[in-house]
Amino acid sequence: MIAKHLLKTAVAALVMAMAAATPAVAQAPIKIGYLATFSGPIGSLGQDSYDGFLLALEQRGGKLGGVPIQVLKEDDQFKPDLDLQLTQKLIEKENVSIITGLTGSNVMMAVARPIAEKQVFLIGSNAGPSALAGAQCSPYQFVVSWQNDGHAEASGKFANDRGYKRMVLIAPNYQAGKDALQGFKRFYKGEVLDEISPGVTQPDFSAEIAQIAAAKPDAVYAFFPGSLAVNFMRQYQQAGLGKTIPLQTSAMLDATTLPALKDAALGLFGTHWWSPDLDNATNKAFVEAFDKKYNRLPSIFAAQGFEAALLLDAALTRTKGNVADKPAFAAALKAGNPKSLRGTLKFGNNNFAINDYYAFTVVKDAKERHTLKTVATPLKAHQDAYHAQCALK
Amino acid sequence: MTASLLLTQLLNGFQLGVLLFLLSAGLTLVLGIMHVINLAHGTLFMMGAYFAATVFGWTDSFALAALAAVGGSLLLGLVIERVVIVHLYERDHLYQVLATFGVILIFNEIARYGWGTSPVFMAVPEMLSGTVDLFGLAYPAYRIAIIGVGLAVGAALYVVVHKTRVGMLIRAGATDAGMVSALGVNIRGLNAMVFAAGAALAGLAGLMAGPILSVQPGMGEPILILTLVVLITGGVGSIRGAVYGALIVGIVDTVGRAFLPNLMREVMERSTAQAAGPAIASMLIYLLMAAVLAVRPAGLFPVKHG
Repeated sequence: MIAKHLLKTAVAALVMAMAAATPAVAQAPIKIGYLATFSGPIGSLGQDSYDGFLLALEQRGGKLGGVPIQVLKEDDQFKPDLDLQLTQKLIEKENVSIITGLTGSNVMMAVARPIAEKQVFLIGSNAGPSALAGAQCSPYQFVVSWQNDGHAEASGKFANDRGYKRMVLIAPNYQAGKDALQGFKRFYKGEVLDEISPGVTQPDFSAEIAQIAAAKPDAVYAFFPGSLAVNFMRQYQQAGLGKTIPLQTSAMLDATTLPALKDAALGLFGTHWWSPDLDNATNKAFVEAFDKKYNRLPSIFAAQGFEAALLLDAALTRTKGNVADKPAFAAALKAGNPKSLRGTLKFGNNNFAINDYYAFTVVKDAKERHTLKTVATPLKAHQDAYHAQCALK
Repeated sequence: MTASLLLTQLLNGFQLGVLLFLLSAGLTLVLGIMHVINLAHGTLFMMGAYFAATVFGWTDSFALAALAAVGGSLLLGLVIERVVIVHLYERDHLYQVLATFGVILIFNEIARYGWGTSPVFMAVPEMLSGTVDLFGLAYPAYRIAIIGVGLAVGAALYVVVHKTRVGMLIRAGATDAGMVSALGVNIRGLNAMVFAAGAALAGLAGLMAGPILSVQPGMGEPILILTLVVLITGGVGSIRGAVYGALIVGIVDTVGRAFLPNLMREVMERSTAQAAGPAIASMLIYLLMAAVLAVRPAGLFPVKHG
């Protein structure tokens, strides 16, 4: 018995000695936890962003910054409690040094603090809750997408630019809906005739649309998530209002909704930080490569997954693949990325991306698919409204 | 508030009511005659919508989509009756709730595997894609079509239930199923037929809702809850109760959502009304149901026994 134990110890010691003595022939891969929502009503968003991330990885032969990458994909099912468990598993069992993805704001709020406390880097590639942009900002937490209010603020400014004086605003009665209305009103200078807040599970908006028609505003601003967005825009068009009262949406028009909307989307306006026609070499190459690989146009979620991978690529190149020196890697991330999908990616003091916000309409591309065409840039180099509450410099 | 807006909102409420009627007519008969609580009724609605959206996507023909939705859910109803429900007639309601809840879960997963998690969308048929001018307000033609279909089905049901032999048996079954059986009527065959007819109506509702809503796994449950509210308000087992209950619930829900937030703004601070208005509006039908239960526990239009 004792002999067996001794033997075991000896073998283990030998193995360790050998491992220490062997020069690093192949660099150990960096583990990245990809924590996102892959199932349920917003599952397609997580899948799209993952597809974008993988495309960037594949283009670099499975490496970022010259270092091999091992991606651990986890589905949080849009449940904050499950997210917490998965985060613990990724950090304590798998020893990941970077976690990215994070589709929903509620989910991100649940794990942001535990991730930051373990000094693991969090690269948010979709959600941008206001608390994390403000008081709860962290040197370990970077958001390459947008702060939640941004698209609505841009829509408010765009409404001014188009000369709308009297508008009706509509968004569902939950946090993101309220944030959108606040964001819109932060920039919109005209008169708000009415604010309508239907229930967040309500699928049919006939009553609300009749109210809009009766109020006869110059234009309407709307924000709805996921399939509700499609329901609202289709019903708005079915009611024949698309031709008479312009509909300005934010964060509702992209490659996840356009295939369902088809011609119902023609003539609608949207605002966001990205559109497939952004005029820079990185973006053009991305859209082409994504279309070729997946045979569909990328959504903004795919773009954000790709953008997160590009940022990691740039930062890992700067530190030569070293993530152990945390302050150095944080500085490398904060330096942004000069060749990103948005041109140059820069971070504000709170480590949220500083964005240009674009306004676009819907057109058909050469293959008769519906896509976005940029018509204006209502907000340039826009920093979110919460950065002053963040203690970081 | 103008008269034409009020009229439009009434029409909207009427349209929701008609949709709810298609669902509650079947459910009320199953519950009233067979004494089976079928929570999977919403599932038949969902599957009807999926059948319709799929066939419409392939063929671009609304008639074929209608055939697929109604025929498909009718067959599905027969299968569910033979495989699941038939074992539950003699059982306690709790077993029925459990088993039919299981059916919901199974079919939601089937929908997820078959059609994916993202919603499927169905276009409005070309002919009905326009609007109709109603006293200065444009009203979607498709919603008028929903009202038309609902009224036609209501009329047909009235004729069948009140003027035919089958209808007589159904009415008799709703009043006293044991006696009907004792008189030598094949109650099992009647049950299967009623269940399948209810399933077909749910499929029809799914077809009509397809172009308005997004067709996705789990879409049957919210509408099932509304349907149960209709049954409790209108009275279980009576077609008349289903008609009036559905129209009352549809109109109260829609008109409440449309006007309550504004009315509340008149009497209280804007920010408070902004927060409370939509919440209370969405509770209105449940308040109505509670009031009906308190005053008339059997519903507003119960089956006449005895």
